[in-house]
Amino acid sequence: MKRVLLSGNEAIALGAWCAGVRVAAAYPGTPSTEILEELSTYPDVYCEWSPNEKVALEVGIGSCLGGARSLVAMKHVGLNVAADPWMTLPYIGVNAGLVLVIADDPGMHSSQNEQDSRYYARMAKVPLLEPADSQECFEMMSAAMDLSERYDTPVLLRVETRISHSRTVVEYKEERRSVDLTYEKDAVKRVMIPGHARLRHPVVIARLEDLEREAESFPFNAVEMRSSRVGIVTSGVCYQYAREAFPEASILKLGFIYPLPRKTIREFASRFRRVYVVEELEPYLEEGLKALGIDVVGKARIPRDGELDPTLVGESLAELIEMDTGIKGGGWTPPLPHAAVPAESELPGRPPVMCPGCPHRGLFYALNRNKAVVSSDIGCYTLSVLPPLAGIDCQVCMGASVGMALGLERAFGSSEANAGKAGKVVCVLGDSTFIHGGITGLIDMVYNNTISTIVILDNRTTAMTGFQDHPGTGKTLMGEETFALDLVELCRAVGVESVRVVDPWDLEETEAAIREEMGSPRTSVVISRRACVLRERRSGVFYRVEEEECTGCKRCLRLGCPALVMRGETAVVQEDLCAGCSMCAQICRPEALREVKAGD
Amino acid sequence: MTDVVLAGVGGQGNVLSARVLAEAALSMGYDVKTSEVHGMAQRGGSVVCMVRWGEKVYSPLIEVAKADFLLAFELLEGLRFLRYLGGEGTAIVNDYRLDPLPVLRGDAVYPEGALGDIRSYAARTVELDAREMAAAAGNPRAAGSCLLGALSTFLEFPMDMWEESMRKSVPSKAVEVNLKAFALGRKGGTDT
Repeated sequence: MKRVLLSGNEAIALGAWCAGVRVAAAYPGTPSTEILEELSTYPDVYCEWSPNEKVALEVGIGSCLGGARSLVAMKHVGLNVAADPWMTLPYIGVNAGLVLVIADDPGMHSSQNEQDSRYYARMAKVPLLEPADSQECFEMMSAAMDLSERYDTPVLLRVETRISHSRTVVEYKEERRSVDLTYEKDAVKRVMIPGHARLRHPVVIARLEDLEREAESFPFNAVEMRSSRVGIVTSGVCYQYAREAFPEASILKLGFIYPLPRKTIREFASRFRRVYVVEELEPYLEEGLKALGIDVVGKARIPRDGELDPTLVGESLAELIEMDTGIKGGGWTPPLPHAAVPAESELPGRPPVMCPGCPHRGLFYALNRNKAVVSSDIGCYTLSVLPPLAGIDCQVCMGASVGMALGLERAFGSSEANAGKAGKVVCVLGDSTFIHGGITGLIDMVYNNTISTIVILDNRTTAMTGFQDHPGTGKTLMGEETFALDLVELCRAVGVESVRVVDPWDLEETEAAIREEMGSPRTSVVISRRACVLRERRSGVFYRVEEEECTGCKRCLRLGCPALVMRGETAVVQEDLCAGCSMCAQICRPEALREVKAGD
Repeated sequence: MTDVVLAGVGGQGNVLSARVLAEAALSMGYDVKTSEVHGMAQRGGSVVCMVRWGEKVYSPLIEVAKADFLLAFELLEGLRFLRYLGGEGTAIVNDYRLDPLPVLRGDAVYPEGALGDIRSYAARTVELDAREMAAAAGNPRAAGSCLLGALSTFLEFPMDMWEESMRKSVPSKAVEVNLKAFALGRKGGTDT
């Protein structure tokens, strides 16, 4: 046995490898990204970054039908993109096992919403498992694969940020199973024309009964009897919080959460006058218990938004449990009061910022100069929403910026209230998100004769999630050289006549390109191209303010560069942060910013 | 049970320091849990990591006012997460100020008394200029290892455990610098 410390994501990768997974596909997304990064380091597994989550799942469907155990991973919002294949996949079933790992992000550490993916299992009638630590992430991968094959269904394995990015102890044997199943044609089962689908839907429904029987004996459900008065039902990382906050409470910890093991739940609940449900986000378990007629308190006390922690769980339930049982504080030990600490609200925030030298900065500066109405996608560049750039008007999800720009243009074009704005619409998206979901929007723009401008912020990588390759970089997840998608040719091929490439560090060129394309009466594309500054830096060059020449006008601060600060009446460059991009020098009217070579 | 909160700014390396600490606790035979922050929060934002070890650890997150140690990589971030430190807790503080954007822009004021607030709150405070120390060791980015060095004087982990864990967690070309920084931190900050 080996004993190691692994993140939930690393444990899932190890579990997948030991379970004999041969094909894995994903699109990077926090907190799920490291699953494929880790798995790609193991031998004999094909791993790919797919252009988006829908394609990733489709690759997984093909490979499981082809007889290889398959893993597909994505963040919660990724399953929205992959929802179409997801909803029909249970009808056709699998051949070798298919597990979709979905990573929720309560608290939105790095996400645009905090949707609860557990409902995707119920909606698709697919079994749902939820591990409570890395050991369970590891072990549940094998259990999920077995389940998938035994019941001919995909399995959803749900984790969230505090499982994915917590490191906990994993004990394991390094043994890889070999699964290689024969492919046989079965069109009635796998071609979902209405006549076939009508045959398959009842199979999916009937399967749920068998799955519930399986759920009753699932080894990762646990009844922990301690107090005879306090009973808590929970799953996943919330089990850890409940265990920590209420060490004497009895706990039903569920590992199999769709379909719910109703008998197990009833038996546990029958020992208590009332049970408490500890879960993050939606009242998913709570609704399940209420449907069984169990007296349960959950979201009436525990917040439905944000993430939980042991303190919050304790605070939320202590008073109620004390009232219900007479146990002081319900068994929770509140933090000892001592000296006052400044409240978070009294302290200056520290939001994430675009790095010094970030090429996106120049582009947003140029957009501001042209008073653009900007719809944005999701990436590092979304950080330009913060002042002083304040360069974004609206944003929802990946790929959406393009269609939204078209809609804005049409609304403005037929409006008196917004006269003149139609020619100001620009959408911005990254190279990876353009490939993920922007291309079809661009086709729509050209097809429907729009005049808006699309800016592709091409920094040659998927930066926000930690520099993953994508179809435009010329390299695969497995490290192989491959064709690098040519964005210019692609845009031309779908009918964009004007496609320009600019260097966003060159402010004059960038601003002129934006001005001209915003003024053009056709759909146009500006590719703002420079490698992410964290990947390719200028070395040994930085800028310095000549103090006597600085007039203190603060014009340079409009760039929002963290390396530039005011010290008294003059601007100062924090030289160890400066990336030498020169943008501040380009806009400084008195030319007080000078390039300095290291050692000068 | 020992609970350590590591608070800093994205890019300062507290995720790596948390890993070194956790690996050292693991090789001591303890149950260990950590929580880390990845993704958007790493772009210069506020980043907190937690490391816990003992006979058996449940939550990867530490309860408010129950941590034994706070490693503040930056003063404001130390202040921000001070509430996690327990009454008997020790703060190990890098005497280093990094203005966040709202302060740079003049929309907010940096809390000048951050170090004093930490001192008066914590039962014990160890202060060091970890950046300077790490620079002396060969790289200011190894400041986290100075803080770990200062922490190590309060823990019973033998030196070879630290070294082994450093070699396991830190990229090989940075190991020597980090070991040096660790040694400097261990030798001393100012104890108040």
